[in-house]
Amino acid sequence: MSLQSNDFELFGLAQQFAQDRAAIDARWKDLQRQAHPDKFSAQGTAAQRVAMQWSVRINEAYQRLKDPLKRAAYLCELHGTPVNAENNTTMPTAFLMQQMEWREALDDASSAAELDEIDAQVLSARREALQKCAHLLDVAKDYPQAVQQVRALMFIERFAHDIEARLDRMDTADKRQ
Amino acid sequence: MALLQISEPGQAPDPHQRRIAVGIDLGTTHSLVAAVRNGVAECLPDAQGRVILPSVVRYLAGGGRQIGQEALENQTSDPGNTIASVKRLMGRGLADVAHANRMPYALLDAPGMVKVRTIAGEKSPVEVSAEILATLRYRAEDTFNDDLYGAVITVPAYFDDAQRQATKDAAQLAGLNVLRLINEPTAAAIAYGLDNASEGIYAIYDLGGGTFDISILRLTQGVFEVIATGGDSALGGDDYDRALADWMLAEAGLSAETPEDQARLMAGARAAKEALSMEEIVTAEIELSSGSLDLSLNRDQFEACTAALTARTMSAVRKVLRDARLTVDEVQGVVMVGGSTRMPVIRRTVGEFFGSEPLINLNPDEVVALGAAIQANQLAGNNPAGDLLLLDVIPLSLGIETMGGLVERIVPRNQTIPTAMAQDFTTYKDGQTALALHVVQGERDLVADCRSLARFELRGIPPMAAGAARIRVTFTVDADGLLNVSAREQISGVEAQIDVKPSYGLGDEQIAKMLQDSFATAQEDMRARALVEARVDADRMVLATQSALDADGDLLSPQERSTIDGLMAALVAARTLEDAAPIEAATDALAKGTEAFAAMRMNRGIRQALAGKNIETV
Repeated sequence: MSLQSNDFELFGLAQQFAQDRAAIDARWKDLQRQAHPDKFSAQGTAAQRVAMQWSVRINEAYQRLKDPLKRAAYLCELHGTPVNAENNTTMPTAFLMQQMEWREALDDASSAAELDEIDAQVLSARREALQKCAHLLDVAKDYPQAVQQVRALMFIERFAHDIEARLDRMDTADKRQ
Repeated sequence: MALLQISEPGQAPDPHQRRIAVGIDLGTTHSLVAAVRNGVAECLPDAQGRVILPSVVRYLAGGGRQIGQEALENQTSDPGNTIASVKRLMGRGLADVAHANRMPYALLDAPGMVKVRTIAGEKSPVEVSAEILATLRYRAEDTFNDDLYGAVITVPAYFDDAQRQATKDAAQLAGLNVLRLINEPTAAAIAYGLDNASEGIYAIYDLGGGTFDISILRLTQGVFEVIATGGDSALGGDDYDRALADWMLAEAGLSAETPEDQARLMAGARAAKEALSMEEIVTAEIELSSGSLDLSLNRDQFEACTAALTARTMSAVRKVLRDARLTVDEVQGVVMVGGSTRMPVIRRTVGEFFGSEPLINLNPDEVVALGAAIQANQLAGNNPAGDLLLLDVIPLSLGIETMGGLVERIVPRNQTIPTAMAQDFTTYKDGQTALALHVVQGERDLVADCRSLARFELRGIPPMAAGAARIRVTFTVDADGLLNVSAREQISGVEAQIDVKPSYGLGDEQIAKMLQDSFATAQEDMRARALVEARVDADRMVLATQSALDADGDLLSPQERSTIDGLMAALVAARTLEDAAPIEAATDALAKGTEAFAAMRMNRGIRQALAGKNIETV
């Protein structure tokens, strides 16, 4: 165990996609109880520096492990097939068509109810993509295919953010009325 | 006092080892100091028995000053030299201060942060805040008849980096050892949660005199995990006063023309607002130079003329729930903090939204200071058995300016701290040898809409084709929520680093100068103080090292052990000298010499945390 251990080793979890979120949360808190700088505030600067390094590392691992998309991307990377989202954006036509349909629906939406409906569609697409990811990573061990699913999930995630931003703006506009 | 000190279970057995640590709530309208005594957190009163110190400082001709109640009483007669609500000015430039023209004192634009012009000269908000903090420090030292080991200072969760840094500078200027800056709602949750042994998800609605915070926390077995936080660092009771004052003026057809008018009007509006929390209808009588204002107003009228402010808080509440990905039903309870939550309209609106009666069983004025005191006691090592752990977040995203005035986000908001996140950038011109970095904080996409924190340059990049350099920019946010940015060109190894301080905070030299100007007077005092501090640090270091050796000395080889023993002996010897510098040097040497040991201990601790829990071993 060291700062160089991978996230799964650090958290003492099996290196696989399927994880129990509650177990990840509990482990995170156990580790922070050991490592958080607050636990070393009366113990001199050397101990505090080490605590800061570990605490940062534990938070970094936690961010990656708890988020299914980041966890999937990390597993691909650990298996030598990094996602490289910036350099490789080719996606199947059908997927892109659906993205465009969503975008148009988002542009046309004028009420929170309409936004919620698009949101529901996006959620179910996300669930489906995650299931495929789980199969590809844990059962088929087909990492190149998993990378493809991770990219699709990244598109979906970005779109979900855009819906959220629209909801925020709608809320701000409401309050000004 | 010391003769009667009896140790409590779970506390340091040796009374000489017990360190006096306090929690300070540095508020917009008033401030408090609290400490854990006999195992219970309580607010410390002044000699007159008052726990609340009005956050008001009056500067007198000839260098004197009044702080607190005395200053408050002179606010209407000497508004130009009586600084109230200084928290609103912390870390702010003139352009950022809302209603600057409505303040009864003159604000000057200064690089980084505004200043106030007073009869005693120009004062930085940091200096004014330091006066308040120093008053509380003396109060605590008088109470315990001893020096303070350190303090936890609370800040609004929604404070940005500049505001946090300014607060820390003020504490340093007041001669306080800052153990930690913690967020006000989190402090309230500690006081609240520990009192009620609560578990589950709670919302903390904190409406103070000048700031509004809403935080969502998960409480489990002593861990206070902030899931999301939001708010408005320029929205509070002051704004309700102002809205009511405007309404009253319009109703009476009068105007407030002089600074004295402004001060009387605001005081009158505040009194009417407070009375309306108890009564359905009140009368306000205010003498202004344009005539006497005399009118009766009822609660409905007050709520109508301040409805937009209440709505603003609720919109922040909805946003933070979305950030936390939670629905109202998942929130177990909502805790009210801050004097402004005494307004019935706030309790009603919040209660209706969450579908449950807000929790108000702790004094909303005191709860933040009490929580800070509990955390201070733990950080000082007085409660080794305590398993309180705060996992807080940064309130606002941090990023870098990129081409076209756009923000590239590096640390998203609501990230648990401490954290370090990096992103790679490149050059855009052939042969480019320097890269300017502009660090900003905020949620908007355009740099112009975010707060500028710092600018720095990475120089000496070897000339390469455009896009060939790989510049990794790392943002590190420590447990106080303060940012440090470093940049490194990966191929050549050229480095640049900055603690985000210069553009808003004070430089160390400025602090030293202010210390000389206002607090420590004689050179001799400074030297004596430095020596005392160096010895305290040395003792702390020796004690910490000894207890580490007792617990985990077996990790060391005989050679490593003897090196550490040697450094420790050297420090013990240096401690007897009458000069701070060699003591500090020996302390540093021991700190450096034990770094590897600290790392080994941490590895063991982490392993133990996982031991026995690994069903699926790696």
